[in-house]
Amino acid sequence: MPAISGDEDRAMTADRPAATIAPRKKGMGRKRIDLGELEDVQILNEHGVVDEASEPTIDGTDLFRIYRTMVLTRAVDRRMVNMQRQGEMGTFAPGEGQEATQIGQIFPVTDKDWFSPSYRSFGAQLWRGWTIEGLLLLWGGYFEGFEVPAGVNDLPFSIVVGSHILPAVGVAMGIRMRGDDAIVLTNFGDGALSQGVVSEAFNFAAVYKAPIVFVCENNGYAISTPIEHQAGTIELARRGPGFGIPSVRVDGNDVLAMIVTTRAALERARSGGGPSLIEAVTYRMSAHTTADDPKVYRSEEEVAKWRARCPIARFEKYLLNKGLLDHKTIDRIGKECEQEVRAARERFRKRAKARPREVFDFMFQKLPAELEAQKREYLARLDRKGVE
Amino acid sequence: MNMVEALNHALDKNMASDDRVCVLGQDVGVDGGVFRVTKGLLQKYGKDRVIDTPLAEAGIIGTAVGMAIYGLRPVAEIQFSGFTMQAFDQIEQNMARFRNRTRNRYPIPMVMRTPYGGGIRAVEHHSESREAYWAHTPGLKVVAPSGPRNACALLHAAIADPDPVIFYEPKALYRAFREEVPDEPETIALGKAAVVREGTDITLVSYGAMMRPTLDAADDLKDLYKIGAEVIDLLSISPLDTETLVDSVSATGRCVVVHEGPRTCGIAAEIIARINEHAFEHLLAPIKRITGYDIHFPYFQCEEHYLPDAETIIEAVRETMQYDQ
Repeated sequence: MPAISGDEDRAMTADRPAATIAPRKKGMGRKRIDLGELEDVQILNEHGVVDEASEPTIDGTDLFRIYRTMVLTRAVDRRMVNMQRQGEMGTFAPGEGQEATQIGQIFPVTDKDWFSPSYRSFGAQLWRGWTIEGLLLLWGGYFEGFEVPAGVNDLPFSIVVGSHILPAVGVAMGIRMRGDDAIVLTNFGDGALSQGVVSEAFNFAAVYKAPIVFVCENNGYAISTPIEHQAGTIELARRGPGFGIPSVRVDGNDVLAMIVTTRAALERARSGGGPSLIEAVTYRMSAHTTADDPKVYRSEEEVAKWRARCPIARFEKYLLNKGLLDHKTIDRIGKECEQEVRAARERFRKRAKARPREVFDFMFQKLPAELEAQKREYLARLDRKGVE
Repeated sequence: MNMVEALNHALDKNMASDDRVCVLGQDVGVDGGVFRVTKGLLQKYGKDRVIDTPLAEAGIIGTAVGMAIYGLRPVAEIQFSGFTMQAFDQIEQNMARFRNRTRNRYPIPMVMRTPYGGGIRAVEHHSESREAYWAHTPGLKVVAPSGPRNACALLHAAIADPDPVIFYEPKALYRAFREEVPDEPETIALGKAAVVREGTDITLVSYGAMMRPTLDAADDLKDLYKIGAEVIDLLSISPLDTETLVDSVSATGRCVVVHEGPRTCGIAAEIIARINEHAFEHLLAPIKRITGYDIHFPYFQCEEHYLPDAETIIEAVRETMQYDQ
């Protein structure tokens, strides 16, 4: 079984790798220290031109599925916003513009691996096997929406920004302790990096060489706060090396770059190399949530600039150039996805039934007497009101 | 065994019988814990299962939650309960919620052990008694032993429990006295209080370190004032054993509750409310509470005046006995 607390025994020896400053020669008072290198990766530029030297080998079926899921993600996104406007959905956090980041990070993750998403991750969740109607239930305020689909090793997202990352590291530590062959991938936004617990998570992961990949989706804003007001450096990947975590900056609107970097990070995690941090530079074209008006804090010009970098359009060009896609197919996929979402909406409408009688039932394996009494009181209240 | 040894014994037994049980916290490995509760476990079970963590309380609890999700049974130690505030985020957002959030998919069978309470002449943040926070948090169980034997039994029960347990260790009692602790695991059901002294005149309720002054008071009340106090040791703060409390107070008609945590919205307030709900017609006098005050725990030169003592309890009992409707 691999050792969890680093690879060295904690023996009381004088030659531990403790922090020391070696004796210097005269005149050598100051010396540069190596803080590690950071790379910036783009494979497919915003004009759809590919850097052939770093182009990954992905078979046509997969490329097609990646494209289709990106389109589906956007269709779900827009439909949910619509449904919220019509009062059919609660407050919802859309993610238009982040489809490449989402699908690129999740594509190389296997079924036996674990995924711990933030709340703006339904693209990746769809890829993992969460159903559209399940996500509609979730955001529609129906309790069963949070149920992780059977056979899917995912954690539910947590609404408090950054609070899901430590448990994700804990799962990875558990994997390492048991000597199992799996990794964890977790994602979060730029705002999450300001949370102290995220630093704790990085540190724990680094200390225990936990098999985990951190994907920071830097979409430019935490609600209204732009990245330059959020952090002392806008290159968030710089945070990683300070924790001893290999880190890379990626064009998050380039799905190929996302796949290549995530693959490398997963490979490192699987082979005992510990955690990696990927900063995916992207843009939230939509509002933070349906309760947010982005016109207050950013200009139309800025949004237009990013719309021109649309990750789906860029990938489309790539597939067109490769002959894997034609305009007729693009149309067909668009329609199919739209239809799939509508069908899911119908299933959601059929299933969407609040179950107020269940709200006590998952608090403990066995309800304590006091909670049983409160439950009886509550059910009596429902009975009086004639609520099923 | 003293309480430290009894807790160590329970951890050892559980780690020996179940390889999912692991221990994590600051200095729990090589050092054996600052109070030595985890002494020897690293040597016996190795560093995969006895994990010295970085100095980060939220990190300890948050990663323990993840280990529990993965199917392990982590027992996390927070060095002093005053430091659990750093972990409040992970306790409230994740430890207490995961079962409900995932509708039973990921229960969190973990224990957070932490020494609480005053009386050891410690610096600031080392003497708090904030069990009411955890009792107020849905999804958690909270227990506090009062002696070596029940500490061992409660820890067995807490580790075996399918839900998260806050295990509050009265550090003033860690080495205060010794008891016989059976080698074979015995457990005390969580949520069950113990009637440790029978009496007919008044019910005294307490838990943890305050059981000692409460029992001293009960002895003196009998010897000096011929007052027979029934004494209840809560053992579980949440869930509260309402039945045992109500049965006793229904018989005695009088009650004094003792704890060292602050008064407002403290455990005594909840106990009094429940007795009101279920035994009001049996009450012969208002229920009194002897508690810590709503102030920050004083620096240790003043702590003896802050903590409830037998004398104050006796006084409250005598007032309650003399209450004239």
